[in-house]
Amino acid sequence: MTTQMFGEPVARVEDDRLIRGKGRYTDDLAANTDALASAFLRSPHAHARIRDIDVSDALEVEGLVAIYTHDDLTGAMAEPLPLLIPHPGIVDGRTPHALAKDEVCHVGEAIAMVVARDRYVAEDAVERIRVQYDMLDPVVGIAESRDGSTYAHADMADNVAAHLVQESGDARAAVEAAPHTLELDLDIERSAGMPMEGKAVYAQWDGREETLRIYSSSQTSAGLRAAVAAKLELPLSKVQAVIPDVGGGFGTKIVHPWPEELMVSWAARTLGRDVRWAEDRREHFIASAHERGQLQRVRVGFDDEGRLLGLDVEFWHDNGAYLPYGIIIPIVTSTQLLGPYKPANYRVEFTSLYTNTVLVTPYRGAGRPQGVFAMERTLDAIADYLGKDRTVVREANFIQPDEMPYDHGLMFQDGRPLIYDSGDFPASMEKIKKLVGWDDFEDYREKARAEGRTVGIGLACYVEGTGVGPYEGGRIIVETSGKVRVATGLTSQGQGHETAFAQIVADQLGVPMDDVTVTTGDTRLIAYSVGTFASRGAVMSGNAVAAAALDVKEKALRVAADALEASPEDLELVDGEVRVKGDPSSSIRLGTIAVLANPLRYAFDEASKAATQFGGATDYNKPPVAEGDEPGLEGSGFYSPIRATFANGMHAVIVETDPETAEVNILRYCVVHDCGTLVNPTIVQGQVHGGVAQGVAGALFERMAYDDHGQLQNASFMDFLIPYASEIPKVEIDHLETPSPLNSLGIKGAGEAGVIPGAAVLASAISDAEGFAVTRMPISPSELYTLRRRFKAGEIPPLRPSSHPAKTGER
Amino acid sequence: MSDSEAREERHEAVLRVNGVAYPVTVPARRLLSDCLREDVGLTGTHVGCEHGVCGACTVLLDGEPARSCLTFALTAAKHEITTVEGLSDGEKLSPEQQGFKDCHGLQCGFCTPGFLTVATAFLRENPEPTEDEAREAIGGNLCRCTGYQNIVAAVMRAAELRREGEPTQ
Repeated sequence: MTTQMFGEPVARVEDDRLIRGKGRYTDDLAANTDALASAFLRSPHAHARIRDIDVSDALEVEGLVAIYTHDDLTGAMAEPLPLLIPHPGIVDGRTPHALAKDEVCHVGEAIAMVVARDRYVAEDAVERIRVQYDMLDPVVGIAESRDGSTYAHADMADNVAAHLVQESGDARAAVEAAPHTLELDLDIERSAGMPMEGKAVYAQWDGREETLRIYSSSQTSAGLRAAVAAKLELPLSKVQAVIPDVGGGFGTKIVHPWPEELMVSWAARTLGRDVRWAEDRREHFIASAHERGQLQRVRVGFDDEGRLLGLDVEFWHDNGAYLPYGIIIPIVTSTQLLGPYKPANYRVEFTSLYTNTVLVTPYRGAGRPQGVFAMERTLDAIADYLGKDRTVVREANFIQPDEMPYDHGLMFQDGRPLIYDSGDFPASMEKIKKLVGWDDFEDYREKARAEGRTVGIGLACYVEGTGVGPYEGGRIIVETSGKVRVATGLTSQGQGHETAFAQIVADQLGVPMDDVTVTTGDTRLIAYSVGTFASRGAVMSGNAVAAAALDVKEKALRVAADALEASPEDLELVDGEVRVKGDPSSSIRLGTIAVLANPLRYAFDEASKAATQFGGATDYNKPPVAEGDEPGLEGSGFYSPIRATFANGMHAVIVETDPETAEVNILRYCVVHDCGTLVNPTIVQGQVHGGVAQGVAGALFERMAYDDHGQLQNASFMDFLIPYASEIPKVEIDHLETPSPLNSLGIKGAGEAGVIPGAAVLASAISDAEGFAVTRMPISPSELYTLRRRFKAGEIPPLRPSSHPAKTGER
Repeated sequence: MSDSEAREERHEAVLRVNGVAYPVTVPARRLLSDCLREDVGLTGTHVGCEHGVCGACTVLLDGEPARSCLTFALTAAKHEITTVEGLSDGEKLSPEQQGFKDCHGLQCGFCTPGFLTVATAFLRENPEPTEDEAREAIGGNLCRCTGYQNIVAAVMRAAELRREGEPTQ
């Protein structure tokens, strides 16, 4: 019997080439070729009008090939880039140009492109371009943008990009009528995905065929192809997009399309030469995307048990200078804020605001860390107010397993109702309490205190909408050798897609995994696709390749039934062959079926002889290829879900804070995770590890330090503190599997879960250790130190009801 | 603009990479990372930051880890250079590579060549490390995917493989 692969911790098939240095990242493909290199002149100012661009000095650089500014662009290329995800809530959707036209709205905005013999020469020329600017006042930070005394774009009357209200019940009335109310002001700062590989593009123009092939370090093949074709005004069939190995994406590399993807393609066609570009790290900081920045105000009404009677949330989202990706992030915050809970009445209102800082698009977690921060800080505040255990207050608000599917009465980010498919939150809570030792913590705290150590415990819960549509597809070809080639349009940026999808197909077709090869993100193999984001890979493409495999299986059994003179129902696919059930001696290899499925005129090898017109038995009453059939053993399938699946989880941490330095040391980090059925536990575990690292990074280390002039003060790895191995704790994981009823494999996504509650769980633990509420993240030792001083000075109220100022409920 | 800037002088040198001599003709400012990738054609060495912090570009110079993005190609001509491509002996993976494979020590794989070269040098020096020492050893390389836990495990596994007498280079 072929070993069952689904659910097994199978070693990754992509690793062999990656650890030998034989990865195929975009700039590797361009290296050591005669492709021309490019570099971009970027705005040094956050907000300015361009008066003049003088390239005369730059033209003298030896090795220079071309310099382009907006004046050189024509047709669709000269128009603003698309607003990819329109929404009725968008009141003013600004997008940038491929090269700035007249006005620059953030430091790093591309103004001119230089093409040259190599990157060194291109950068030499960039430095010689002189631009005259009229300076405009920049808008930096959410508060300044909300205040609205200056505008992020010169022709604006306010900074509002979008505004949206969703409500279920009458939350404001419920808050007013509730026995207790609290109000919280919360603040989360900007961070960024920071993949180790920056963005990279390599475009090849074939002048004879008038075709373009673009390689890009992107998270979508089909979206990139469509965007480039539209902007270059080429028929879609003349453009192919290939996404090779990608060195991390985390949302940053989702298509907008990026100006560089368009410009490199455009330059390749204009020059009739291959052109490449690879981002350097400073460019990545100032010209790729950030996320997370939000100010939040929560008003909540609750009863004596801590049950949420009314929850009224307003928040302000910093979308940066442009809005190419629409308002997906604030929509996610506003809906996913609800987590595993069911407030009786909920109202959420957000305003998405322009600032003169680099644009904001989804970064792993995509709005959820902020939403979870708002909800979990609120529940902690309620627990503190009522003097109840934090887990008890959460349990009082959980949606129960028998209430699934649960309809929140809101619209989710996929334009579909926010309905949870499955989950068992009380069971998850039991597991996380046991894993972290929640009930024993007070004893531990006492012992630690006796040793002069300050410790705290925190907990945070989340639900994550995963596997959003609209669809994903798969194609499978069985070669005459019996090897199985699988293609899905989805890209891979480290999640092990080649392995996970091979596991699924190997099981469905009853072939060894070694015989299955998966290609991702290549529009030459499969044109229809959406992309890799929102933990949708395993759900969408996993189910799509499973559907394609079923298509192949059905045909294989049909062809084999003819050859074996048996009924398809009596056949099974095992060990790479079709067998008559109960009679393994009567069998036919899958490769042979592929031969038989393709009637040939010419014999190319020994295997194909049997399929020629004189080669074997023929039914003269039928055409060689039956009506309605196709030659070859191939299959395709699509998966298009009715709505998103919802994974969930809970994190708990124990921290120790240094009494002198205010350094936060994570002693334990525990995760209970439910992403439905696990395709490959090792890969899922790795995704959780990586997510937790980014969650910890976002909570304790990473922020985008813009000054008042819109200059990013920490645009390097020297200053933006991505944690090393020394800062990231070991993660202890327990799984719960509540399969999704929405797909036959029961899968929910797992890519983002680890990062989502990072800020919330650490804020909870630090608050618990320090005795006052932390409401702003990330938190550095110096900030914690300052908070301690303010706390001691009586400027910040203490936790615990006994010392609470008054039972009026306002804090 | 002076003529010397306009027409950059190029220099000849021979780089010894993974035991093979590669003659190159490069400007003085050419970085070793670029030279290995663009002139020698070994693209396993990756560039993640070009300011020496991330460690993706780490190669071994005479067996010692060095940031190839902070090294001029011409200055490396005096040294034996080992890149990730030179770690394995033909088909068989080195203990470090095998350790990373066994322990899911990589996800996107972009930073992996830097971790592998660092781990190789470390385990030659300290064949029986504690877990803390292994963590310390990789503490100068950035990874954005794995959360490091499995990388530490991979280094420990590689040490085990070395002790079990797996071939080393």
